[in-house]
Amino acid sequence: MKELVDAAQMAWQLVTQSDATLIETVSLSLKVSLLAVACATVVGLSLGALLAVTRFRGRKLIIVTVNALMGLPPVVVGLFVYLMLSRAGPLGNWGLLFTPSAMVIAQVILVTPIICALSRQTLEDLWVEYAEQLRSLGADPGQALRTLLWEGRYSLLTAILAGFGRAIAEVGAVLIVGGNIAHVTRVMTTTIAMETSRGNLALALALGFILILIAMLVNCAVFSLREFRTPRAA
Amino acid sequence: MRPEMLLITPSASETLLPLTCVEVEYRVGEILLLDKISFTLQPGGPSVVLGANGAGKTLLLRVCHGLLPPTAGRVQWGGNFHELKRRQAMVFQRPVLLQRSVAENIDYVLAIHQVPSAQRVKRLRSVLELTGLSGLAGRAARVLSGGEQQRLALARAWVLAPEVLFLDEPTANLDPAATRAVEQLITDIAATGTKIVLSTHDLPQAQRLAAEILFLHRGRLLEHTPAATFFARPQSPAANAFVRGELWW
Amino acid sequence: MRNCLFLALVLLGTLAMTESARAEDSFITLASTTSTQASGFFEYFLPLAQASTGIAVRVIAVGTGQALKIAEKGDADLLLVHDKPGEMKFVNAGFGIDRREVMFNDFVFVGPNTDPAGIRGNSDAAAVLKAIGNQRAPFLSRADDSGTHRAELRLWDAAGIDARAASGTWYKELGAGMGATLNTAAALNSYTLTDRATWLTFQNRGELELLAEGDPRLFNQYSLILVNPRRHPHIKAAAARKFMEYMTSAAGQAAIGRYVVANTVLFTPNYQPENVTR
Repeated sequence: MKELVDAAQMAWQLVTQSDATLIETVSLSLKVSLLAVACATVVGLSLGALLAVTRFRGRKLIIVTVNALMGLPPVVVGLFVYLMLSRAGPLGNWGLLFTPSAMVIAQVILVTPIICALSRQTLEDLWVEYAEQLRSLGADPGQALRTLLWEGRYSLLTAILAGFGRAIAEVGAVLIVGGNIAHVTRVMTTTIAMETSRGNLALALALGFILILIAMLVNCAVFSLREFRTPRAA
Repeated sequence: MRPEMLLITPSASETLLPLTCVEVEYRVGEILLLDKISFTLQPGGPSVVLGANGAGKTLLLRVCHGLLPPTAGRVQWGGNFHELKRRQAMVFQRPVLLQRSVAENIDYVLAIHQVPSAQRVKRLRSVLELTGLSGLAGRAARVLSGGEQQRLALARAWVLAPEVLFLDEPTANLDPAATRAVEQLITDIAATGTKIVLSTHDLPQAQRLAAEILFLHRGRLLEHTPAATFFARPQSPAANAFVRGELWW
Repeated sequence: MRNCLFLALVLLGTLAMTESARAEDSFITLASTTSTQASGFFEYFLPLAQASTGIAVRVIAVGTGQALKIAEKGDADLLLVHDKPGEMKFVNAGFGIDRREVMFNDFVFVGPNTDPAGIRGNSDAAAVLKAIGNQRAPFLSRADDSGTHRAELRLWDAAGIDARAASGTWYKELGAGMGATLNTAAALNSYTLTDRATWLTFQNRGELELLAEGDPRLFNQYSLILVNPRRHPHIKAAAARKFMEYMTSAAGQAAIGRYVVANTVLFTPNYQPENVTR
């Protein structure tokens, strides 16, 4: 209990004093995860839409695979990206290992299946409901798809937020491919893991509180966007 | 009255009507849902496809509208269907309204058909007025009452001033007052020169609206006659029973 | 959709910019152990080294076993590790060159202050482990192929006890870093072997105390090894050598000796030019 109180106080201090290291760590966390989610959104949403509105051989197999990949262990992804980017690996001469780019790559792999699977489900349900109506109104397939993306925007946004939650909270993959290098690849989660290993439990917990705070701020921003845009019934 | 509404002007000689079905069949596996249906629809008052539930009315409208290709036979239009596709529209029994406002639902159709924006505003306003939805323009479509939703669906299908408008059981789920309002709207639309093709199982409604009747029974077209003739002297036993109220569902 | 793409491009741009800005600086990658990081040594020492050499050092802190693997693949320029047998194997296999012994500290036994195995004050490491093994007193092993873990296994051999046969009973193999192992030991009131630096800076001791120390076999030597540039031509050998020169110079050695936590020198400099494996 005492640790919780200590941690809350410490978190408050860190935030109010706008600790320079904290700001650096937080901004790298956000930069890496937002970029990863943006890339994963482009890929995941496209693939999700494709799987939702087309029918081809092997489609169900792909859907099952993508759904299963939502449960990818971050450490396995980290290891895979590490082996790819290692100097001894196939992409070694890119020199990306232990850089923020490597962390983005790992998180894209982690997040894409989540966004893809959730948006596929959303868009497929909408497609069943809308397809004939949109065709009847004269929409071509491209226009119909754009309409579906817009009609399902809040569900899709939730899918993207789920991906962001996974990315910002993940430690296993970024630790392996980033290396937790001070001022270079040290993000919130790897700092928390490191402080825990130093026995600084209160500090680790304080950083955890701040991480939750950031996640809440991002979610609030998205939520207010939605409140603002929805036409009122009355 | 029509010229003002011809936003997308076809070459003067080309019109969609007459619509001709030639031995149209629709088969799902072993089951024949439409059985060698042939008829021709000319410009004029509303044609009502009448029949009990399961007679194939909805399916026939979908095939004519172009949503489903017939498994045999063909649907022929007077003009080039591919060019004039946008000049016929359909309202489903359960129309899907977009999750946006009433005005945006109608404007959506104008937008995807790339109607110039100056005309869009004008057209939108006149359609809202004719359908009595002006006061609801900013309302979210999905919170409207059943009757209002149906009128919106009609407005949306009619906004491009189609030459032919298919209506599938447009009042099936409405109370009497809303039914009357929708029927009045249909009559108004028909008066502008739009050909109405309406399916219903509601005998009194058919009597109120129809200029001619196509009587459908178990996938077969049994009669195609002017309404007055049909109601006075139905030819087939099935139609006879239906008119007497013995063949209801 | 288009907004998303735009956002991605902007973020990618800024990230690429910050990275290229950093790439211009001269930096080397040092694979090292959790003990040196957890003790805060690098936060003290690296700024001094950079002031003197202009070289920034990026530290990847993992177990010695993993550090050697990373270096073997060419993903680090330099090693600072503490497992002489493993280091010699690494150098003899041609993965590394120029091994220099630079500093040492020692391992200590920590355990619950009730000391059920009665090891307090015992300066014979083998006797300590015999007592723990005979009492079947709870003991936590790193079991992560780190320098500390390898040292612990050698000590069990010396004690003549096959502790791993008891794995899962009184002997628990964690597969974790030093800090995580100490956290677990504090929670389970278990004995464990730790390097002194990590212990002194560890904050969450609970009822754990330092109980036994002083055996020469608990000596813990740290060495620098340069990754062989002939095997990995992209290695920044010149910059890494410059850092090695500083760490083994009089100034560097003195700086190591000045790092004090809780009135204790954490790492004692002991570079001797004759203790270099070329």
